[in-house]
Amino acid sequence: MPRAKRRETKEFMQGNAVIAHAARAAGATSFYGYPITPSTEVFETWVQLCGNPHKPALSPVTKERLSYLQCEDEMASGFALIGACLAGKKAFTATAGPGNILMQDAFSAAEALRIPTVAVIMQRGGLSTSTVIYSQEEVTLTCFGGNGEGFRVVYSPSSLQDLYTYTLKSFNTAWKYRYPTFLLGDGYLGKMSGEVTRYPMLKREYVTPEPILLGPARQKSLSTNLRNCYDQEEEINSIIEQYRSDYARDSKAIAESESYRTRDAHTILIAHGIVASAAKVAVDMLRSTSARVGLWRPITLRPLDVPSLVSAVGNARRIIYIESALGQMSRLINDALIAYSETGKSFDLPAVRSLYAPALGITPTEIVEQVLKKS
Amino acid sequence: MKTSNKQQRNRKETAPRTASLPVPSFPRCYKESSKPHKFCPGCGHPITLHEIGMVVDELGIQNKTAFLIDIGCSLLAWDFFDIDTTQTHHGRTVPTAVGFKRAMPDATVIAYLGDGGGYAIGTQHLVHATLRNDPITVIIINNLTYAMTGGQMAPTTIEKQPPTTTAPFDRTPDVFGTNLKGPELVLHLAMPGAFVARTAVDNPLHVRMTIKEALLHQQKNKAFSFVEVLSFCPTNWKTNAQETFAWMGAFKETYPLFKTITGTNS
Ligand SMILES: Cc1ncc(C[n+]2csc(CCOP(=O)(O)OP(=O)(O)O)c2C)c(N)n1
Ligand code: SF4
Ligand SMILES: [Mg+2]
Repeated sequence: MPRAKRRETKEFMQGNAVIAHAARAAGATSFYGYPITPSTEVFETWVQLCGNPHKPALSPVTKERLSYLQCEDEMASGFALIGACLAGKKAFTATAGPGNILMQDAFSAAEALRIPTVAVIMQRGGLSTSTVIYSQEEVTLTCFGGNGEGFRVVYSPSSLQDLYTYTLKSFNTAWKYRYPTFLLGDGYLGKMSGEVTRYPMLKREYVTPEPILLGPARQKSLSTNLRNCYDQEEEINSIIEQYRSDYARDSKAIAESESYRTRDAHTILIAHGIVASAAKVAVDMLRSTSARVGLWRPITLRPLDVPSLVSAVGNARRIIYIESALGQMSRLINDALIAYSETGKSFDLPAVRSLYAPALGITPTEIVEQVLKKS
Repeated sequence: MKTSNKQQRNRKETAPRTASLPVPSFPRCYKESSKPHKFCPGCGHPITLHEIGMVVDELGIQNKTAFLIDIGCSLLAWDFFDIDTTQTHHGRTVPTAVGFKRAMPDATVIAYLGDGGGYAIGTQHLVHATLRNDPITVIIINNLTYAMTGGQMAPTTIEKQPPTTTAPFDRTPDVFGTNLKGPELVLHLAMPGAFVARTAVDNPLHVRMTIKEALLHQQKNKAFSFVEVLSFCPTNWKTNAQETFAWMGAFKETYPLFKTITGTNS
């Protein structure tokens, strides 16, 4: 196991702080942001890691200075982040709710220009300003915000340890495949504290960033002229088709999921993020009563791990969607299953049930009750 | 879209010479494949772009300049130069330039946008880049209108001119408020040592000298530099050449040319 060779340290930390530490370990050198609960400690922890701006700390990975900019708003944060990526630096931001809405301005540009932005989204309550606490109501916005097609990577971590693992991974995915990449957490995960194992990035995993403008092409006297504005329908159509085939190809390498006790399961719970952690506990509770229940958990909401999904639900009698929203995750999965059935492969959709609790946390007991409920 | 400098130069050198005709001097950093350019005849944008090209040549910074352009008629310049460029979103060119410059401090970074992009949808970015003294050069093409979208009222539109589709009965202050003067705003906000100027395309040499000073300021003094260029838009002004120049003369009364380094004369 390569993990054993790493210099690991165990620490008691808050979720948002975990993300900042992981970003530093990933080789990120700058942060651009605007404060918003429940994401602010990502920014504040990064500021602490940067130290005194007159004598800034260095990246343990690149030995470059760590820096940050508190911008005038989320549009500025998002576009300054794009600027830093264009200049070849691993950079990131963190936001939530109404900030996520404004930042879609930049993310839609990043999607069009294939800029490897990394953004941490800590979901707060949905419907406008709402609560500063928790929901899973920023799934659609994060996956598809903007007038695009969702050529993005969205990780949905379930635990504090996941926050570390997938922050580290986000930067490499973004720079390897050139899609705007998101770590979609929530206020519960961001604000809770617990033990986390930190470890440095392995050299062989590290994807080296290159400037997109004034980079290697320029050194060969080739100019790079990026555009997001086109004259003809056919021009933009061919770009979208190109991105579609790139995304289909890259999805095979990017998509991740977890199948937990699904092999003989008649009932498959489907949940993501922190709700999947509760669902996992519920599976164990139900298994102890010998109910044949398993959990399928998308780790990437974009792209979805369709082969794994199909094999998890293919033999099941029913699936139960569980989320702190009114079906934002389940729409993604239904779409994927319909698209799969359109490929002509024989596949019977099991019966579907749902436990939707928009903007509320969901406990293992509530999930157990839902599973045991007679239709 | 990739063409090499060398290829372009070779092409130039092997082209047959028409000795009798005066050859206009095009900047070496022009991208030949994108000429003739896409701007309307008589437009002020290509005049300013020509002068930017001359300065880039003169300072020898073709390989270290990032030219970032807004959405507006500036977007037509996406492949104007054999210089690294990107389009952004309407109003978001300044923060993109800020992020780029912070990540690559040795680059010469130019944010090129219209008066709508700079003074309406992106005003907050201009204000804060000024306050932070970000060492970038912001060039705003002030044609007193939203040109790309067909001549709507801009923050710079003055009472009678130019005609606009969204204030067709004139921009009367009682209904529409007053107009915005960008360089003057920047002057009020800037830290000492920022370069602030207004120039106009009816004097291209003045545009060139001003932009040269701005870029040198960015490089040497590592401070904010801001140039507003009063510019022609005969298409939306609905003017002939003579009227275009006459209007420009009149606009200079509202928008006087000046040049200063903040904090040096107060
Ligand atoms: C967010 C957004 N809002 C509106 C538009 C439509 N739009 C495109 S260009 C433009 C105005 C351009 O005016 P200006 O910045 O002065 O540039 P000009 O065309 O006059 O050079 C507008 C409103 C847009 N592209 N994006
Ligand atoms: S509409 Fe006006 S600013 Fe735009 S290209 Fe034509 S003349 Fe120039
Ligand atoms: Mg204009």
